[in-house]
Amino acid sequence: MSTTTPNQNSFSKGTDLAVIILYFAMIAIGILCIFMVEYNPNGNWSSSLIAGKNSYSKQIYFAIFCSFIGIFILLLDSKVFTALANILYGGGILLMLATFVIGKNINGSKSWIPIAGGFNLQPAELCKIFTALIIAKYIAKPETDFTRLKSQLIAFAMIALPAALSIMQHEMGLALVYSAFIFAMYREGLPPLILIVGLSFAILVIATLLIEPSILSMIITGISGLFILSMIKRFKRNKFKIFVVLGIWAVCFGSIRYVVPYIFNNVFECYQSTRIYSMVGKEYDCSQNKKSAATAEKKKGKKPDDYNVKQSKIAIGSGGFWGRGFLKGTQTRGKYVPEQNTDFIFTSLGEAFGFVGTFTFLGLYLFFLFRLIRIAERQRSTFSRVYAYSVVGIFFFHIAVNISMTIGLFPVVGIPLPLISYGGSSLLTFTVLVFVLLRLDADRQMVLR
Amino acid sequence: MALYNSNRSGIIQIIIGVVVAIIVGQLISLQIFSNRYKLAADNNAIFRKIIYPDRGIIYDRKKRALLENTISYDLVVIPNEAKGVDTAALCEILKIDKEEYIKRMIDVIVKNSRVKVGVFEPFLTPELYAQLTENLYRFPGFSLSERSIRNYPYNTAAHVLGYVAEVDINFLQKHETDGYEMGDYAGMTGLEKQYEDVLMGQRGVKRYLRDNKGKIQGAFEKGQFDTVAVAGRNLYTTMDVEVQQLAEKLLQNKIGSAVVLNPKTGGVIAMASSPGYNPNLLTGNQRRRTIGTLLTDTARPIYNRAIKGQYPPGSTFKPMGALIALDEGLISPGYGYNCYGSYNACGDPRKCTHSNAGHAANLQVALANSCNSYFLQVFRMAIDNPKYGNAKAGYIKWKEYVNSFGLGRKLGIDLPSENKANIPDTAAYNKDFGNPTSWNSCYMLTLGIGQDRMTATPLQLANSMALIANEGYYYTPHFVDSIEEEDKEDKAVLSKYRTKQDVTKISSDIFKIIKEGMHDVTVYGTANGVKLPGHEYCAKTGTAQNPHGENHSIFVCFAPKENPKVAVAVVVENAGYGATWAGPISTLLMEKYLNDTLTPESAKKSDELAKVDLMPQSIKDWYIKNKSDRLKPIDEYQNDELGDVWDMEMVSEYKPKPKVQDTIKKVVDSATSKNEPTSPKRSSLKKDSAAILQKKKKKITRPKNVNHNT
Repeated sequence: MSTTTPNQNSFSKGTDLAVIILYFAMIAIGILCIFMVEYNPNGNWSSSLIAGKNSYSKQIYFAIFCSFIGIFILLLDSKVFTALANILYGGGILLMLATFVIGKNINGSKSWIPIAGGFNLQPAELCKIFTALIIAKYIAKPETDFTRLKSQLIAFAMIALPAALSIMQHEMGLALVYSAFIFAMYREGLPPLILIVGLSFAILVIATLLIEPSILSMIITGISGLFILSMIKRFKRNKFKIFVVLGIWAVCFGSIRYVVPYIFNNVFECYQSTRIYSMVGKEYDCSQNKKSAATAEKKKGKKPDDYNVKQSKIAIGSGGFWGRGFLKGTQTRGKYVPEQNTDFIFTSLGEAFGFVGTFTFLGLYLFFLFRLIRIAERQRSTFSRVYAYSVVGIFFFHIAVNISMTIGLFPVVGIPLPLISYGGSSLLTFTVLVFVLLRLDADRQMVLR
Repeated sequence: MALYNSNRSGIIQIIIGVVVAIIVGQLISLQIFSNRYKLAADNNAIFRKIIYPDRGIIYDRKKRALLENTISYDLVVIPNEAKGVDTAALCEILKIDKEEYIKRMIDVIVKNSRVKVGVFEPFLTPELYAQLTENLYRFPGFSLSERSIRNYPYNTAAHVLGYVAEVDINFLQKHETDGYEMGDYAGMTGLEKQYEDVLMGQRGVKRYLRDNKGKIQGAFEKGQFDTVAVAGRNLYTTMDVEVQQLAEKLLQNKIGSAVVLNPKTGGVIAMASSPGYNPNLLTGNQRRRTIGTLLTDTARPIYNRAIKGQYPPGSTFKPMGALIALDEGLISPGYGYNCYGSYNACGDPRKCTHSNAGHAANLQVALANSCNSYFLQVFRMAIDNPKYGNAKAGYIKWKEYVNSFGLGRKLGIDLPSENKANIPDTAAYNKDFGNPTSWNSCYMLTLGIGQDRMTATPLQLANSMALIANEGYYYTPHFVDSIEEEDKEDKAVLSKYRTKQDVTKISSDIFKIIKEGMHDVTVYGTANGVKLPGHEYCAKTGTAQNPHGENHSIFVCFAPKENPKVAVAVVVENAGYGATWAGPISTLLMEKYLNDTLTPESAKKSDELAKVDLMPQSIKDWYIKNKSDRLKPIDEYQNDELGDVWDMEMVSEYKPKPKVQDTIKKVVDSATSKNEPTSPKRSSLKKDSAAILQKKKKKITRPKNVNHNT
């Protein structure tokens, strides 16, 4: 199927150059950041670069490899993506299931499949691409009417399947990423109410953590009461509305009293609850947690759970306005931040280049995201647009969550910073996501023909 | 289809923008408006190593080091790295048990946190040091740290030199701006305290980069923030270590003090206080054992009696009294008084040791015979001086004179906590005798012979001798002659010791008469049995009555008679006549200084004197009673504690309670009206003040841990 002769003209024509430049700029920044983390003033960095023993040299090889993959994708026929979407998705799910059998345990999650050369593959990463493709394909089908609840539920199921598998692999972060598809679905007609309800629920959960449950219940009851009183005349005309208000009140009350505590004590693991509590500056009592009551004993003697965030904030905060300078970050050189070349890579940037650096970097990302949205909007085929929004969602979710967790705005979940964090799987995933989009974008005129 | 819902693209962009804005907001608060992360980062990653400079050395006048620095080792530990320690072996070497090990570890953590170096066992003995160096590999996290401590090669002058000790919280609060840190050592008393900023030098700080495991990665920023340690500067004193040693030797087994001054410069040649202690006992690991014993000892060995002991000067004040009358023109050197064994002009007769006619025929003779009546009369003349109208005004003038001679005020010697002793002011007498209009020179009659409430420190007495020796001026007594590499500031400090203090306008002729009188003291007067080989000398004996028991034996003198080079004051508490004990001690000290050696007879005499035991029985009883207590070391004392004791006032100055005041009134009343015998009442007064003394002593010896531990 993929044997279509590549058209040399169409390779460069129509490919969005800005995205390509940004893509390579990001990777370069990433390698620089990893270099800062691994730099040892006593060692000879140039020789270890060639030997490929350090993370930054490995990352360079990954980047070269990914560039080839990118070129390869650009050489493909864009029809191949729609054609292969189903098979890829199915294969991805199968690979994820396979990890339960042949998976390799890395950092406490059995989501890796060892492949040749000491490299490991994380199918859940690749599944993001496949899910984006299949969602796009499903929504783009002429018979799908996405305004209907049935199609929305089917789309949700497609997303929920790999997410559920990720949770089973103890990859909470990866599972959360699947919520990024909400952007694409919202764009295609998902009622905004879902966004509002989701947001309200999130606020409610945070409020539950911050405020005493009894006081919060009283506040909620008070607001409902006031609302009914002020609107009493309107409610007299339409009695149904009063039940809606009362219903919302009941849901809120139930959430505060039963649902949220239940989730923290029974659904989340102890460390997850602790991280979420520590984010709002509170301590979680693990003895309440039924799920990991047994494992709690083992965790004793480890570093406190907010150690990462604390060190990460110190590193970023110590950068100040101008930063400490390239390779001069004391926290980075002292290796105070754990996982600094993967999930906490942002800290080395923050320490070395300060607010100027982080602000510029965020600006670059923002520009990148808006560029992708622009690309999405200029697509004529629904498939391309849905896929583009999926890419935007995935990128945005990774960036927002990763940076937020390093600066203490979000609980720590293991999510890499796209194109920056060290890691072949993640780099490959984002490369494929971007280049497939570029390939589709390059053909935006063609599909109509 | 493409246009459908396209406004939602805007909403998505807004959501992205808002989230990024929130992130930027947090970054602003972290990176721009918060210093604490920078501090936290420095605490994490920068390891400050303090380089302690050597403290300055204190030399005597012949450049002999009174104290030096030696190296001592501490066993230190970084608690975080102390993992897998062979605790059993370590406990065995240090002779502690497991509990003590844990306790010390916790102490170190509390004091210095887990990641910093803390002292586990200070001042290792050489044997311990050897044992530990061999076995150190078994104790990860532990290391041996070098530290410079004081060493006193002559075992002398403990009171003068003072001591250094680790600073505590109190000290740090008091010296907040001086840059001290926990673990520093500072002078706590004596010259060590007085010249702390000269002696301490400047600490150096080296900064190292440290990783998350506490491993040093190298110099921070190539050492550009490091400071170099500057060694403390040396002090060159006017002391003479041999005279000092002799003074301490002669005062053995006695309670008292000796001060030897160079009248030409005001430099202190020797200053001894007995009982004393070996300064080496308060350095290194000895300190812990000694300090408690020293603090609780009833004879108060750490108390510098030379500048803090207040003694009634007794007859040694007489030359001073004469000077006032002469300066005021009230008497001439030829003035005589008919004394027949007592002074009766104020009713109650005051005894005089001599009763033969003519023993006070003129000033010179009266001085030689130490005639009480003569000097009581001279005192009354000064108080009732018609020039000033009334007795009160006369007294004020008289006090002015006495103060100008350096009595009743701080001389300003370069030692901390000098006592000004006491020349009572009019307020005190107003309180006792009521209406100032009824003032009368008889009220404080015995001030004229250095009794009543007059007290002086041995230093003040020695200084008064320097004044007479110099015929009218003195230099403020001091120890430090010069400072190494003296700078402007040092010169300002020392300038006050280099300025002549002119205090009288009495002509030197009159001084010559006083000197002759004092010379006669040593020829045929009260001290005729006390000789100074090779030199003529002038002296005055004193046998001071005091409320604490036997009379104090006091001797003041200077030599040679012509062109005096040395002035001495010696007090031996509760020892009787001045000429008996204080006299020979004084002359031996002068002989040693002037001749640089002692004649064989003098040497023999000094050995005998050293053996004489004049300790009051009450103190001996205390030692017998508390023998077991005395040897028990008390190591919970804070370092400031010694300084506190040092600062405490000697309690010999008695403050009459109301009841006592009544008694005095009655005594005075009866003395002026009926001439009744008053001796029983006097003895009751004695008892009362003894009781006060007892109470105060109790208060002093109680350790005050409570305040310091907070």
